[in-house]
Amino acid sequence: MIKLVGLVPLLPLIGFVIIGLFGKTLSKTIVSVIGCGSILAAFAISLGIFFQLTGQAEKSVPVELFSWITAGKLSVPFSFLIDPLSSLFLLIITGIGFLIHVYSVGYMSHDEGFARFFAYLNLFIFFMLLLVLGSNYLIMFVGWEGVGLCSYLLIGFWFKNTAYNNAAKKAFVMNRIGDLGFLLGIILIFVTFGSIGYHDVFEQAKNMASGSPVLTSITLLLFIGAMGKSAQLPLYTWLPDAMAGPTPVSALIHAATMVTAGIYMVARSNILYTLSPIAMETVAVIGICTALFAATIGLAQNDIKKVLAYSTVSQLGYMFLALGVGAYTGAVFHVLTHAFFKALLFLGAGSVIHAMSGEQDIRRMGGLKKHLPITHITFLIGTLAIAGCPPFSGFFSKDEILANAFEHNKLLWFLGVLGAAMTTFYMFRLYFLTFKGDFRGTKEQHHHLHESPKSMTMPLVILAVLAVVGGLVGIPEALGGKHFLEAFLKPVFEDSTSRLPTLLSHDTEYMLMGIAVIVMAGSLYYAYTVYVKNKTLPAEESEELEPIHLLVYKKYWVDELYENAITKPLNMFSDILHKLVDNQIVDGFVNGIGRFITWFSGIIRYAQTGNIGFYVFVMVIGIVLILCTRIF
Amino acid sequence: MATTHFTTYIFCFLAFLSIMFALMVVLSKNPVHSVLYLVITFFTIAGQYVLLNAQFLAAVHIIVYAGAIMVLFLFVIMLLNLNKETEPHKSIWLKASASVASGLLLVVLVGSLKEATIQPINAFNPNIGLIENLGTTLFKDFLLPFEVSSILLLAAMVGAVMLGKKSIK
Amino acid sequence: MSSAIQVIPLQWYLLLSTVLFTIGVLGVLFRRNAIIIFMSIELMLNAVNLLLVAFSSFLSDSKGQVFVFFIMAVAAAEVAVGLAILMMVYRNTKSSDINMLNKLKW
Repeated sequence: MIKLVGLVPLLPLIGFVIIGLFGKTLSKTIVSVIGCGSILAAFAISLGIFFQLTGQAEKSVPVELFSWITAGKLSVPFSFLIDPLSSLFLLIITGIGFLIHVYSVGYMSHDEGFARFFAYLNLFIFFMLLLVLGSNYLIMFVGWEGVGLCSYLLIGFWFKNTAYNNAAKKAFVMNRIGDLGFLLGIILIFVTFGSIGYHDVFEQAKNMASGSPVLTSITLLLFIGAMGKSAQLPLYTWLPDAMAGPTPVSALIHAATMVTAGIYMVARSNILYTLSPIAMETVAVIGICTALFAATIGLAQNDIKKVLAYSTVSQLGYMFLALGVGAYTGAVFHVLTHAFFKALLFLGAGSVIHAMSGEQDIRRMGGLKKHLPITHITFLIGTLAIAGCPPFSGFFSKDEILANAFEHNKLLWFLGVLGAAMTTFYMFRLYFLTFKGDFRGTKEQHHHLHESPKSMTMPLVILAVLAVVGGLVGIPEALGGKHFLEAFLKPVFEDSTSRLPTLLSHDTEYMLMGIAVIVMAGSLYYAYTVYVKNKTLPAEESEELEPIHLLVYKKYWVDELYENAITKPLNMFSDILHKLVDNQIVDGFVNGIGRFITWFSGIIRYAQTGNIGFYVFVMVIGIVLILCTRIF
Repeated sequence: MATTHFTTYIFCFLAFLSIMFALMVVLSKNPVHSVLYLVITFFTIAGQYVLLNAQFLAAVHIIVYAGAIMVLFLFVIMLLNLNKETEPHKSIWLKASASVASGLLLVVLVGSLKEATIQPINAFNPNIGLIENLGTTLFKDFLLPFEVSSILLLAAMVGAVMLGKKSIK
Repeated sequence: MSSAIQVIPLQWYLLLSTVLFTIGVLGVLFRRNAIIIFMSIELMLNAVNLLLVAFSSFLSDSKGQVFVFFIMAVAAAEVAVGLAILMMVYRNTKSSDINMLNKLKW
């Protein structure tokens, strides 16, 4: 089965080519069959690869497809690396990708860009698979750029809306800032190790001293790339704006897969990070800051997708916290469970928006429980999972991260628990305001309320089941389980874990779990009191807000800060360059040359007397001179 | 010995005549006289050809140059009624500079050719100037240029006719 | 009759040709009458012809003489066209003075 790995990215690519070229002439049925079918086939192969890998002793299988670039010292084969980490990501991408494709068939059924949407989605899956499958940083970079492109195309999918286009541009530019760091990191890796293949780099890195400056530089540069792609402080502002895209896109790209590329990259380079403590600390600090920062913003947002977007940023922060404290398995575990419940939540939100005829403001919703029973149940499961209610999947992964953070630094743990409490609060706030209470929308919307079609509810149900049981792959030993995921991923993180021993007693773990559950329950109860018992509603736009509330509601004015601190000075600077340097100096120089030549030729053209005799005379003199130089 | 001297004398005589009449072509005031002097110059050059065993070429030279081209010149002069000394004089300064320039050219050319030596590769063959040899070379090695030159002549003819028409409308 | 080239040095022919050629150049520089200038050009062509024939005899190679034929053909064509142009010029300017033809300057 591993031999067929080339087909995994190839099938979505073929799907993209067919739909992209002939999408306009094909019927919607054929488009959806090709779109979903190619992903399903890729998923089937991924599943086969996964089981073959679990069954065999050799855990790291390189598959070389062809020689790609050979230039001087640089030799990059186009090859894939099958190991537990990549095969797990294969399953997440193709599995959730397939469910979201199916969901999109229903969600996008009335859109005129149906075929275009599926073409982009297939292209995205192709690049994402390339990203995780590559056996060197260059292929990862190709995938990295490709998913950025697809993200851009899909955020601006409804390109007739200027605001959406601006959101797409913003995402693209922000990502480019990160990509530059990533690219510099790759170049530095090549300069340092003379290769960019994972195997060569990691083997050489193992023998380097911990904390060497070059490793720190490499890891920090790579982390800048991860910051951009995974929406960490300070490059996170694009992700909430990216909600301009269709909801399935938000679920697939901006929750489940693409934004976890940064986590994948750091986890893949785990040995490099383990060997540079400074980078580890940076990752952890940035992670926890992002987690808290985004969570506070999430507390006050009224757009159902914006809340989920900030929640995603916050959860990504948790993943980086896990990476920063050396809990690589925990990070990947959280990627897995987060992919389940966040995709579920986004698709649920999509279902709600679908039912509400495009309304996204939770102040206009409420009481949807009766009208959307399946969506309601699945959304509740997703909310419980993200809040970390045992035994839902989020509990186990978040618990693992917090336990590792506790061991690493008590303050990180405390902040993490604080963030978890806020997560619970804003998620239940969202849930209560949407599904409980009375309907607050217009009559027309009320009349129009309906449960979504099968193609949309089916993925919801499957994802809900996964969100419930997904945590079972990683039950910690303290609870008498076997951590399957840890055992499975062990070959990938072996070198790092041996350097970062974990010595947490089971009693401490019980205590931590207890605290987490109590905090979660308290936060849930508080949300219940505020939004169900007291029926508090978020303030309308016109109302005056308290300073802190306003600060959070306005997202700390970060966008405005960037606008004024970076964009405007840059625009001013480029204006100066344009008007002064380019128009005056450069153009002046070029035009000056032209003017000088015109002036000079105006003088010397008087030598052209038009007198043939004179010409001949000059010619004879010329001949004499030439002969003179030849002879004498 | 006597023949050697004889040939040398003929050469010197012809060379003297060529140079003298060439100068007179340039210096004479009347264009018709110039043409006639040029014809004489051509005859002396034809004499040189004969001395060089290029008898056929000498005949062609006289026919083409003296017979055709120079008659054309004369014809044009008569047609335009230029047989008077109508030419306006150039300034002294120009004449002086022209003389100096050509004199310089002569000096330099002579200076550059003075050292030139050349070794004959083939054994001496007095028959190369005969029509048989020339014909063979012309139609064997130079067939394509020969045909192309016919096109050139045709083009020249058409051009001359077009230009000579009273007015082109 | 033995060839002159066997008794007369090649240098003499070179010298003669050079002198004739220079006289042609002098004519072009010296005169303003277009017809005389034309004739001077013919003179120069003939100087070259003479040189070619001298070399041809000296090397016993008939190719040089064939070249003279081509030069004659070109000269004939040139004279035909040139004189036609001269006719037109005269018709337009009532003069064969080349100093009248200076409209193309600047």
